Order: sequence, then C-alpha cells, then structure tokens
Amino acid sequence: MNPVDVPFYRRVEEALGKTRMRQAVRHTSGRAMESRRAAIAELDSSDAVRDQARAIRARTLSALDQHLDTFVTNVEKNGGTVFFAETGDDAVDYIRTLARERGVKTIVKGKSMVSEEIELNPVLEADGMEVVETDLGEFIVQLDNDKPSHIVAPILHKTKEDCARVFKEKLGATDEEVAGVPQMTQLARRVLRKAFLKADMGISGVNFGVAETGSICICTNEGNGRLSTSMPRIHVAMMGMERLVPTAADLGVMLEVLGRSGTGQRLTVYSNILSGPRRPGEPDGPEEFHVVIVDNGRSEVLAGELAEILYCIRCGACLYACPVYQTIGGHAYGSVYSGPVGSVLSPALAGIHAFHELPHASTLCGACKEVCPVRIDIPRMLLRLRAKGVEAGESPQWVSLGIKVLGWIGTRPRLFGLAGRVAARVAGMAATDGWIRELPAHLAGWTATRDFPAPAKESFQERWAKRQGRSSTDRSRS
Amino acid sequence: MRPARVQLLVTCLVDRFFPGTGESVVSVLERAGVAVTLPVGQTCCGQPAFNAGYDADSRALARHTIDVLSASDDPIVVPSGSCGDMVIHQYVAMLGDDPEYGPKARAIAARTYELTTFLTRVLGVTDVGATATGTLSYHACCHGLRGLGIDSEPKALLAGVRGATTCPLPEAEVCCGFGGLFAVKMADISGEMLQRKLDAIEACGADVVAVTDVSCGMHMAGGLRRRGSRVRVVHIADVLAGAAGPNAEPK
Repeated sequence: MNPVDVPFYRRVEEALGKTRMRQAVRHTSGRAMESRRAAIAELDSSDAVRDQARAIRARTLSALDQHLDTFVTNVEKNGGTVFFAETGDDAVDYIRTLARERGVKTIVKGKSMVSEEIELNPVLEADGMEVVETDLGEFIVQLDNDKPSHIVAPILHKTKEDCARVFKEKLGATDEEVAGVPQMTQLARRVLRKAFLKADMGISGVNFGVAETGSICICTNEGNGRLSTSMPRIHVAMMGMERLVPTAADLGVMLEVLGRSGTGQRLTVYSNILSGPRRPGEPDGPEEFHVVIVDNGRSEVLAGELAEILYCIRCGACLYACPVYQTIGGHAYGSVYSGPVGSVLSPALAGIHAFHELPHASTLCGACKEVCPVRIDIPRMLLRLRAKGVEAGESPQWVSLGIKVLGWIGTRPRLFGLAGRVAARVAGMAATDGWIRELPAHLAGWTATRDFPAPAKESFQERWAKRQGRSSTDRSRS
Repeated sequence: MRPARVQLLVTCLVDRFFPGTGESVVSVLERAGVAVTLPVGQTCCGQPAFNAGYDADSRALARHTIDVLSASDDPIVVPSGSCGDMVIHQYVAMLGDDPEYGPKARAIAARTYELTTFLTRVLGVTDVGATATGTLSYHACCHGLRGLGIDSEPKALLAGVRGATTCPLPEAEVCCGFGGLFAVKMADISGEMLQRKLDAIEACGADVVAVTDVSCGMHMAGGLRRRGSRVRVVHIADVLAGAAGPNAEPK
C-alpha cells in the first residue's frame, strides 16, 4: 500500500479548493449520520449490542490463528481452495497466475477494499484482461479513472451531475440516459449485465468469513455481489486476514451493527452467505471457489499496540462522523483507507514514514470512537502513532523544540512564570485590545483566519499571590 | 459529604491568558460556600506534549503536576474538560504502571472534577446566584463531552442564570477545529472547521456562547473577532460569576 506522490499539505489545499466536492461530502455525511442515528436508536439497547460486537471481535482476534485454521479446514471441506498471501504481491501473483492458467479474459469485480489496498486491477489489466467494477460507485470511479473516497461509499465526493458527465464522456450516454439517478442506474445495469454474462472470473471482497462453517458473507445493496460470485465459472474472494467471526451466531450480531452503522439499514439489502463452489446437482454457482486471505502487514499489527484497529468491520461510520473528513473528503488522505480508521490503518500497515501526517489530521474530538459499532478507541491509537512518528524523526523541528522547552520550564515553576511574563511583554507590543492579528513563522496559520489572544501581563497566580500579600501561597482565601 | 475546601488547578491557559476567568472560577466556588486554595508550583498539565506524541516530556509534566496536587488531600477542581480529562484519565493511562506515580495518579484522578461537574454533581447546585441579560447558548467542548461525559451539567447551570434566556446551538457537539497544535499544523483544515462552527454560532441567535474550555473558547472568540461579530464566546465561569468574560478583560 503506497501513498500518493503529492505531499499531504498539497492534497489538503487541493481538496479545500473543491467547493462542490466538499458540499457533496458534507451533505452525504450528514444524511448518513442521521440514518445511522435512527437505525441505532431502534435497537433496544444499542450499547449492549455494540459491546457484544466488540467482544466478538476481541475474542476472534485473541485466537485468530485458531479461527483461521478452522476456517481454512472448513472452506476446503466445502470444496473451496484457500491461498494465504503474506504480502499484497503474493495475493496479486496468485490471482494473476490463476487467471492466466484458466484462460480468463473478462473479470467482474464486486467491491473489495483489499483489492484496492494491494492494487490488483492494474496488474490484471496489464496482462490484457478486462476488469469491470460492478458496484455502481466503483464502476463510476473506474470509468472516470478516479479513486474511491470512502470505504463504503466510493463516490461520496461526486454529485449526480458529476456522474452524468462521466456517463456521457465515457459511455457516450444521451441526455435522456443521464436525466436522473434512476436513468443512470438503468444505463449502468445494461452495461454491467453484458459484463456479467461474458465474465470468466468474479472477484469479490469478504465482509465476514465464518470459521465454523467455512462460509463467506458479502453485503451489498445492489445485488452485484451475488452476480459477480455466482455467474462466472471461477469465484475468487479476497479477505483481509482479520475479517473472521467464529460462528454463524456471531455473524448475526455483526450484521446487525454493520448495516445500521454504515448505511443506516437494519440489514444490507443483499447479505449473501456463500459456502463453496457448485455441488453436483446444483443448478448454479461457480465451478471453482478460491479464498485469498491477505496478511500484508496485519500479523505485525496484531502483535503490537495497535491491534485494536483490526476490530474494524469497515462500516464507514467514523468517516461520516469525522469533522475533518467532512471538511477535506477522502482523497486528501492519500490512502485507500481514509478518515479516522484510515489514519490509523494506513500507517499501521504501510509504516509511519509513508503516512506520518495522517495521525495528526485529527483534533482528537472523539466523534469516531463515539459512533464505532465495535467501540474502537481511535483517538488512543492516533496518539500512539504520533509518538511513533516522533520516535521515527517525523516530527517537525520547531514542534520538537517547543515541546522540549515546555517540558523543561513546565517542571520549573519559577522559570515557567518568568517565561510567561516575557511572552506577555513581547506579545503585548504586537497586540491591539488584547488580541494579535498576525503571528510569525509557524504560528502564522492560526492568524490566517482568527485573532490570537495576547497573554496577560499579570497571570492568575501572580494576581493571587499579590492578593495573599506574599510571593506565593497555598493558604485558603476564606 | 460536601467538601468545605478545594484545590484549584487553574490550567496554564487560564493562568496566563485569561486570569479574569480564574477569578471568576474562585468567585463562583466561594459563592457556593467552598473555600479555594491554589497549590503552589502549578504549570502545565502536559497535554500539548501528550497530544503531540512526546511521551517523555508529557510524563515529566504529569509527574510534576501530580506532585503539586498531592500536597493536599482536598478535592481538585479544574475549569477545563480537556485538562480535566488529562488528569482524570490520561495520567493513569500514562503512569499507571509506575510504582511511585501510578498510585498517586489514581488517587488524584479519583478526586479531580471539572468545574461544572463539581458544582452540579458534588455540590448539587445548579443555581449559583448568577444573573445575566440576553440569550445564552452552549458549545460542548469535545474532551469534556466525550472524555468526561459533560453535557447536562453546564446546560443546567446556564438554565439557572437569572434574567437570561437560553437557546440551543445547532451542531453543538461538532468540534470547533481547535485541537491544540492541530490549529497551527493543520491551520487550513482547522480554519474551515471553525467557519462552520462560527456560522452556526452567528445563526443561532445567542449573544453569548458559553464553553467549559478557554482553549476552544479562544479559538472561537478569535474567529468571531476576526469576523467582526457581536456574538461572544466565554468560559462558563465568567457567565456564572457575572463577569465580563475573556474578550473584555483588559490585559
């Protein structure tokens, strides 16, 4: 997983300049949060259900190796094949080799963030295969040579006018065909239907693997997941190593919180549970069923202090809830995983050097933690990653210097008081009515949009001491 | 039992930037019948270092503050949800395993209260005898709201102010974009988040928006000042003390 080349501050600048994109993100995020609130409120005790979901994730990850063993055994028992990919490249190679050996020409894909993470499509396309994204949002992203900006809603950043433009430019659609969302959906269906009929391979993601049954569960709202996995003769399911639940009963709990948190639905429209290839006598289903389990850094995360991020079930609620995400959209994060969860997951998987700014792209307001269906303490992990960044030498020098000074004088009260008086003296010269309009150097960003208060000549502690009639006191006033 | 005396952890921002707010805090507590002491040697709780990822420096500042507050067994009142969360939750997380400071951190966490929580939950007071005119509103600072669960407490205190009406602030629970160093390091994003907050503040019809943290308060007040707005953002202690608030405080 590589970050995009453009530096973070440039990406943010670019994002902030896109007024229409930002309106779309804020509008859709707001609506998603409303739906989530209503759907969660329907549960008799939503807190208890979320606790239960969290407990399932904790239990699964604390013995992940065992659950993976059980899962693999049961997938194979069902007639499926499992490949464990240690790296993204291993996964890509396996799928490319399989496709080559089977003479695959056309691949239909259901939505899979893991496939984005390991950058699968370009490799298959370079091999001459036609790869068609069949999730409506991903389809538009692919047509427009764009990137998904939200893990659940890939074109959150696009308006319907943007989509109409893409359809006209890339599919030669008429005005009538892009007159509204239903018309555009119909057009996409006509195009995709042809791809489904001729595809030799279907690639899907996995929302949950069920260890005890060797099944995979795929949640979609468009039915494309069902077509991608049942019409082509080969189905390849790509699964992040951590996306398991031990039992079918556990799956029920997870589906309950996933739909409500992610899309405000009681259940996603299509929740498909697939258990292996077509059996003798069955009328449909693929001839071959492959599960590619992707590690790609997850084992290391699991063993470290950020393991909790692997509880994530990719509902996308923390993105919707995040005021930073709402302000800059997903692309500015420069990673397939954006928003609060992405700010942890991206540096956790790819290393702090690659994504050292992301843990700082947060006010630590805690809105992410508040909405998380499995109660991941994202702010805590952002703090851990900030500390990792400091250790790795990624913190700017002026910040390091400032904090060192604070640490030094903050443990020496007299010096602290003196520094405050000096700061007040200096700042006083730049202030009008107690406010500063322009701060220098690294602090200038503050005064670009807001005034800064000047420190008081006499601090509270100094006033207090004066009133007590001695230089310092802890005597009660009354 | 109702404590007769408390220690005030005034916070470095109130101390150096808004000393008048510190005096408001003392006045409100004393009017509620509680004597106030000011532990000697207090500086900064360490949150800037903690939030920036400087573990050694934040621990040093935490140990210093713990020592300052350990000199007395009195309850500790802090006029900040953010520094309050630091003392109540983060010190224990940082130093919990430390043989010397772990137990001290836990002892202090157990007797530290954010100001509005202390007034309403410990003293059981919602009417502190405050009067004001105009319309008051309330913005929920994030660390207080989500770290300490403070929301009904300040609202109850504001509802108890005589002579003033209150109005809700739309999106009151959405962050103002301050975030400490975030406001400087990611000033563009922070500035945009602030504009969204200020739009809501100016549209809600309030004359004064009260907050539980002067840090977020100075962020919003600085933005309103730049806009030339007539609406003011002040610490809730200044409203409760009937004082003019941080903006009008002559420095």
